[in-house]
Amino acid sequence: MIRVVLERLAQAVLVLLAVSAVSFAMFRYVGDPVAAMSREGASLQEKAELRQSLGLDRPVLVQYGAFLQRTLKGDWGISYRNQQPVTKLLADRLPATLELVLMATLLSLSLGIPLGVVCALRPDGIVARLIQAVSLIGISTPTFVTGIVLILVFAVTLGWLPSFGRGPTVDLGWWTTGLLTLGGLKALVLPAITLALYQLTLIMRLVRSELIDVLSTDYIRFAKARGLPSRYIHYRLALRNALMPVITVTGLQVGSLIAFAIVTETVFQWPGMGLLFIQAVSFADVPVMAAYLLFVGLIFVIINSVVDLLYAVVDPRLRVRAG
Amino acid sequence: MKRPGRMPVSVALACLAALVIIGVAAFAPLLAPYDPTNLKSFNLIDAELPPRFSADGDPRFILGTDNQGRDLFSTMLYGARVSIAIGGGAVLVASTIGVLLGLLAGYLGGWVDALIMRVGDVILSLPTILLALLVAGIARVLFPAASGAEWAPVILIAAIAIHEWVQYARTVRAATMVESERDYVRAVKVIGLPAHRIMLRHILPNVMGPVLVIATINLAAAVLTEATLSFLGVGMPPTYPSLGTLIRIGNEFVFSGIWWIALFPALLLVVLVLAVNVVGDWLRDRFNPKLRGR
Amino acid sequence: MRMMSGWTKAVALGCTTALATLLASAASAQTLRWSAPTDIATLDPYAHTESFTTSMLHHVFDPLVRRSRKLELEPALATSWKLTAPDTWRFELRKGVKFHNGNAFTADDVVASITRLLDPGARARGNLSTVESATKVDDFTVDIKTKGPYPLLLNDLAGIYIMDKEWMEQTGSLKPGNIATGVTTAASTNAIGTGPFKVESYKPDIGTNLVVNPDWWDKPEHNLKRIEFKPVKSDATRVAALLSGELDMIAPAPLQDLARIGSASGFKVIEEPSLRLIFLGLNHRPELKATPGQKNPMLDVKVRQAMWHAIDLDTIQKRVMRGKSRNTATLVAPPVPGFSAENDKLVAYDPELSKKLLTEAGFPNGFKTNFNCSNDRYINDEQICVAIAAMWSKVGIQADLKTESRATYFPRMDKGEFDVYIIGWATLPPMDGFSVLSALLTEPKDAFGGSNPMGYVNAQIEKLTRDSAVELDEPKRRAMLAEAMKIAKDTVAYIPLHTQPVAWAVRSGVEVPQFPDEYVRLWFAQVK
Repeated sequence: MIRVVLERLAQAVLVLLAVSAVSFAMFRYVGDPVAAMSREGASLQEKAELRQSLGLDRPVLVQYGAFLQRTLKGDWGISYRNQQPVTKLLADRLPATLELVLMATLLSLSLGIPLGVVCALRPDGIVARLIQAVSLIGISTPTFVTGIVLILVFAVTLGWLPSFGRGPTVDLGWWTTGLLTLGGLKALVLPAITLALYQLTLIMRLVRSELIDVLSTDYIRFAKARGLPSRYIHYRLALRNALMPVITVTGLQVGSLIAFAIVTETVFQWPGMGLLFIQAVSFADVPVMAAYLLFVGLIFVIINSVVDLLYAVVDPRLRVRAG
Repeated sequence: MKRPGRMPVSVALACLAALVIIGVAAFAPLLAPYDPTNLKSFNLIDAELPPRFSADGDPRFILGTDNQGRDLFSTMLYGARVSIAIGGGAVLVASTIGVLLGLLAGYLGGWVDALIMRVGDVILSLPTILLALLVAGIARVLFPAASGAEWAPVILIAAIAIHEWVQYARTVRAATMVESERDYVRAVKVIGLPAHRIMLRHILPNVMGPVLVIATINLAAAVLTEATLSFLGVGMPPTYPSLGTLIRIGNEFVFSGIWWIALFPALLLVVLVLAVNVVGDWLRDRFNPKLRGR
Repeated sequence: MRMMSGWTKAVALGCTTALATLLASAASAQTLRWSAPTDIATLDPYAHTESFTTSMLHHVFDPLVRRSRKLELEPALATSWKLTAPDTWRFELRKGVKFHNGNAFTADDVVASITRLLDPGARARGNLSTVESATKVDDFTVDIKTKGPYPLLLNDLAGIYIMDKEWMEQTGSLKPGNIATGVTTAASTNAIGTGPFKVESYKPDIGTNLVVNPDWWDKPEHNLKRIEFKPVKSDATRVAALLSGELDMIAPAPLQDLARIGSASGFKVIEEPSLRLIFLGLNHRPELKATPGQKNPMLDVKVRQAMWHAIDLDTIQKRVMRGKSRNTATLVAPPVPGFSAENDKLVAYDPELSKKLLTEAGFPNGFKTNFNCSNDRYINDEQICVAIAAMWSKVGIQADLKTESRATYFPRMDKGEFDVYIIGWATLPPMDGFSVLSALLTEPKDAFGGSNPMGYVNAQIEKLTRDSAVELDEPKRRAMLAEAMKIAKDTVAYIPLHTQPVAWAVRSGVEVPQFPDEYVRLWFAQVK
């Protein structure tokens, strides 16, 4: 048991080191800090001095060590474009992205589970087939197309919902939320739907296949043979068992949803981390790109490790899966 | 339960649709009424003409023209060609690298295996879209030429393939480990054939099935990723547009009543991806009954 | 349980604040919410050279002299001025002016501000390149010494905002920031000025809120309580937000949407020709980047004329610019000194002549060149470039077009990496043709040729530029400018295309004056 935990942690550290190395390489080599920081027309002498003062003349490994130290302290550099500490920029944008991801996840769970159940209970029924077909169209439509269509219909034509931004937000200390104002909630609707569609299909299909698997196990057959009511069998026994992996996968998906929010945030000009990142890409703002990479990598690793460890604790059969 | 061998009508239709689109795109230079990549062939004076079937359409342009006066139908065919070439290229590169590394890892084991798989773990710990944006973004910082028509496809292929190869490597590695324990491979080993011949001649053919399935499903994903990158502005340039670039351009005109520039490319993209997805799903079910329905 | 009570508290607090926000927004009808495609680069007025940021910061800071509603120079923080020597100007300062933090405005602030701007680290130091020093005479009198006689000092000063010396001392921001080198100070994110509005909050990319400064020294001509600015990059999203009532104004409004916005009820489009002239820069060096090792065809004036004759400006005006631009053949807009109707006579679109000129120059089959464009700086810049590349291809000029964001485009342009490139010039802040000569048409040396990276040199223009810089007789000076512009046209130094329009869209009830310099001056705005 302890060995599994240690192995998992070692792997997580390894991944983080690799990601931070990439991030460091970007910082150090992609956006030449000397070119970016020295004034126009600086002499070679001045540049050499700057190089020295930035520690760029030291061995690369030493520089990487220094980079790690700074990163751990929360100093992630200054954005070329916004002239602000990257840590502050990310912290400012974090609530917007997390609220969007949270709403999208809730939405996709609350729709995905019932739809999956319908498909599993009558896999060959007309409703199930229709749902399946629509879900295929869903995953085949690019997010940005969905977003544009939603804006066109609900914001421009009908005028029901806002087309961009977060609406009015409320400051709760270091967290700004749009969930407490009507305008903020309205602004959340379209982006959340757009982002949720990406995950909805996944959840629906997972619920369906898990439920089909569970329904064919002996213990359900036994329950049926005992003449228990089918509602009880389907919803109390089977669904409960099928939901465990669904919740897990949904958890694992949070990381990629954060990354995928880049597209949604661009379409809706949602002031989250994704919009920050895409603007950094088009402005060649390397510190922000590097920091975002590190941040999303960190979230990913944390979520994956926690889920894996929980699994190892809860379900001994899965301990073998470590490799 | 249907018998696994028969192809349902929907899949047959999807297969047909995918083949038609890919075929038409491949032969776009022969089929398109105009050559949108040839700057001489279009005229700004014809810009933003609506499709032929609408009230003030121009008979020369079936689906109307874009904001530069290019025939939209021709531009879409060429755009689909670019999208498919990049998607297909990414799948080809990813599968080749993935299969080779998977073979090596599975056959040799030891530190080679550990190294390849750990690199794969790191890559899979980052989402596709993020990694692709990073590669495309960094390439643009390092080489200004990366946004031009010659280099953008290469960058896009690399950006997509860098994430996708891991899937192939993992699948092939697992299959290779099983295969190399088989009697016939052991027998071949005893004869003293060199390792690369065993891997390529004897193991590879047996792991190709799952690889093809993954490739089909990945093609749809790769086309979508390319479109997304182009839409976000780090993909193909406007002079050599992919479907994603066309939608990006068209998006600026959607609210001005010039709906066709975005609509038709978007439809074509959705139909193409949908068709490939349907085929991919069916193939996956067929080759891997355990996964059916997922 | 403890956590619960923490949560309850937070929610209660949130609800109260939310309610307060709702009530507040209902009460403040005189709020103007508007959007532009780009954000403010920084709040430090000397750390940048962007005209959009300059225009935004004018709401917070005042210069010594400012532009009136008619764009004429008028007193602001200085009440009067006179020349005490050919190279020395004496300014009398306004008394009783207070900065937003309550500090009094005095001569010390002017001296500290100008010294800060003249620091070699200041990005905007070129905006006052002819000033040598500023010295305090008494608390409300300042002398400004220029390097030799300089007729345009007031024009320059209209773009120089005065900062508070005490505040800069307290926050350690006496040295300027610079967005190009990444130097930041407290002034990068805080702005204490004397202007009609105060910065309430500044969040890059999300929005900037300004509130009215009740203690402004001047009588307000606006009725605003609050300005909410949100940058929205996408044209389509900006229009959608205006039409769905989330914004009161968008500037600029995309040309392709003007007709639709104009016909929608409750909205109107306002437009006016801008001073900003769009033109193509050409490589005047021995080799083209596209064909290293070969002689640059564009060195032959016939080739450059051929390139000009091959551009169908009429069609670009009608299609790309929707009839809103004004085609031109000279490098300054009509209201600007240096303009002459003679120079502005259009060059005919004549592809046959163009081919003939190419043949005479020895390129019957045309030639290859690179062509670079920004895609987010000027109105429809990318479309203009694609159209021109297509037109050139019809006479055999194969232009390899690449478009990119302004962030990477302009640094590359400054480094001289292009053959043909798009550039716009609005002669701001001085609004004088001299700015075109000194930046674009002279050899890069000391304060001259700052935006002439591709080696255009002409001895006559050099002389005219330097002479006009010290010429205090205005009609004579203007004649010199026009003469230099004529030479630039005859030698095809650049290929002028058009002046772009200023087109904004507002909801009815919003009255905002427009200006040809594209500045947004909301201290003249009336909102109902």
